[in-house]
Amino acid sequence: MSRASTRTRVAVTAGRATGWLSRVTGRGQGATISGRVMNAIAPGALAELARDQHVTLVSATNGKTTTTKLLAAALRADGRPLVTNSTGANLTSGIAPILASATGPGTAVLEVDERVLPRVVDPLRAELLVLGNLSRDQLDRYGEVHAVGSAWRRVAEQHPGLAVVANAADPHVVWAAEPARTTWVDLGAGWRNDAATCPRCGALLQWDDEGFACDGCGFARPPAHGRLDGDTLVLDGQRIPLRLALPGRWNVANAALAVTAAVTYFGVDAAAAAAAAATVETVAGRYMSIPLGGGRAARVLLAKNPAGWSEVLHYLAAEPGSVVIAVNARVADGKDPSWLWDVPYELLRGHPAAASGDRFLDVAVRLRYAEVEHLVERDPLAAARALPGATVHIVASYTQFSALYREFGDDRT
Amino acid sequence: MSGTRESAVRVGLVYPELLGTYGDRGNAVVLVQRCRWRGIPAELVEIAAGRPIPDSLDVYLFGGGEDDPQSMAAAGMIASRDAVERAWRGGAAVLAVCAGFQLIGHRYDASDGSAIEGIALVDAVTRAGPSRLIGEVVVDPAPSPFDAPSPPLPRLTGFENHGGRTTLGPGVAPLGRVVAGGGNGDGSGVDGARAERLVGTYLHGPILPRNPALADLLLGWVCGALPSLDSSLEERLRAERLRAGRARGLRKWILDRSLARG
Repeated sequence: MSRASTRTRVAVTAGRATGWLSRVTGRGQGATISGRVMNAIAPGALAELARDQHVTLVSATNGKTTTTKLLAAALRADGRPLVTNSTGANLTSGIAPILASATGPGTAVLEVDERVLPRVVDPLRAELLVLGNLSRDQLDRYGEVHAVGSAWRRVAEQHPGLAVVANAADPHVVWAAEPARTTWVDLGAGWRNDAATCPRCGALLQWDDEGFACDGCGFARPPAHGRLDGDTLVLDGQRIPLRLALPGRWNVANAALAVTAAVTYFGVDAAAAAAAAATVETVAGRYMSIPLGGGRAARVLLAKNPAGWSEVLHYLAAEPGSVVIAVNARVADGKDPSWLWDVPYELLRGHPAAASGDRFLDVAVRLRYAEVEHLVERDPLAAARALPGATVHIVASYTQFSALYREFGDDRT
Repeated sequence: MSGTRESAVRVGLVYPELLGTYGDRGNAVVLVQRCRWRGIPAELVEIAAGRPIPDSLDVYLFGGGEDDPQSMAAAGMIASRDAVERAWRGGAAVLAVCAGFQLIGHRYDASDGSAIEGIALVDAVTRAGPSRLIGEVVVDPAPSPFDAPSPPLPRLTGFENHGGRTTLGPGVAPLGRVVAGGGNGDGSGVDGARAERLVGTYLHGPILPRNPALADLLLGWVCGALPSLDSSLEERLRAERLRAGRARGLRKWILDRSLARG
């Protein structure tokens, strides 16, 4: 933090401390309060810290940490001086110390919480936004998806010249990024249950294999510069295979978004960007392995909301092995786990399974009605040990995942 | 109606894309499975948004939704109002939760001054309140002349998340008294509404996985007396959620007392 003023340094430290206090006392995630404290002490702190950086902001409901890491990998391989928040600290209090760690002018690739994004575009003088998807998340705290999309859209309306790389297949993202100078990439059909109505006019959206369209106002998937064809990104006619170490279709989509940004905005060679993305094996504890004893191991996956759970369950349905479903409903998870009933746990039929986490009884009842045989065990590691097989997948909600990461994570850099 | 049916129980999930924000599909899954596990054939019938609602269903489930989807759902329900009412009068059961509950009343007065018309199966009016009511809810159901053939409902647990304030017309019975949480939120201290073969409520969760007795009440209306079914896992969940609800009630009680004193 040597380049920042004393006042800014104090502000950053106080902001982080307040955020920590907010989290440990269970009052919140510290998003709002930490930013307020930092701003009260040094109103220009973020702007001062970002002064010498070309800032790219990455946001989405799901995949923002991974997309950030993949984009950073592609830019590093291209030899750029870079700062990035690789651990998922995506609030103003988490961004500030990352910017302060820069030793000179360069590029900052920053993951930002989707509700924080509109507040930081101006102070950080962001030059590029990379926008993935928007879906239902923590309904009890954040409310409707449409409100987040509208807040993003106001940013685009106020900055019509701002460069954006965005997912053409997500109606909320298209609505948000339309007014900006946007490069579209079609990441394919994913979760569509939170986009039944047109974000522009409120009429019913029509969905088919080609995407969405509104009969009411003509709102539709925009023509895209890039699209996914299986595991291959087709970008301006060039075919770029994405052979990732990371599992799942959702990570192919994250990589396609990151590679599109690297190629179209930063001018990185496509093959080099894809090769750099392929080297990423773990992202802030996601997919980490925890030894269970006797040569057995648990692999940990994070699922934070219905869209994320749905992706993970489709992936696990095709993978052999036991599955622990570990769900908490603390403040940071959202206190209402009713989404359990929107997610196709029926896909786990035939897999040895366990209901786990603070809300293990909600999970157990859900699995009973899905007709998935299961153990009932609150502690996910005890559940994993009790299940058969060399590898056990633990799918964990946010705070459950964080607890496992704190205890067993080995890449906390 | 006797305990044996010739045709499958048709559980209708109305406009799941619009009225499914809070896991409302779970209510349909629970009804279908609790039939099948008893050897009663049952099928889940999804009525896609924009389609007419048929009069041939045995149970009509109206769930919760966000603002725009709620307006869209209202338009479809108004268009199919006669079919729904005909089926209900003819022996079908209705469970309407949150936005769905608001839409089986006369109307919803939004904060921007606009009004959404409902299908008026029950005499109730909802207006937008100054704040959202969010958290665990506990409701003590009043014994009802419409309980038969099932026993009276035990204490219910749910999770609410709504900005509506619903006022029941004179002579409309609520689902029950609110022990913890907001419920109808209009100062009456009650949640929901009851009529013959009809339950309206603000309780999500979803409500039926947490309250198997309510699921069986609905099924009893369309199937007659039901064979017993092991619900020990659901009852464990219900007991745990009732404890969580009481904790919310206690926090509110302490806060109210300290505010009154201060």
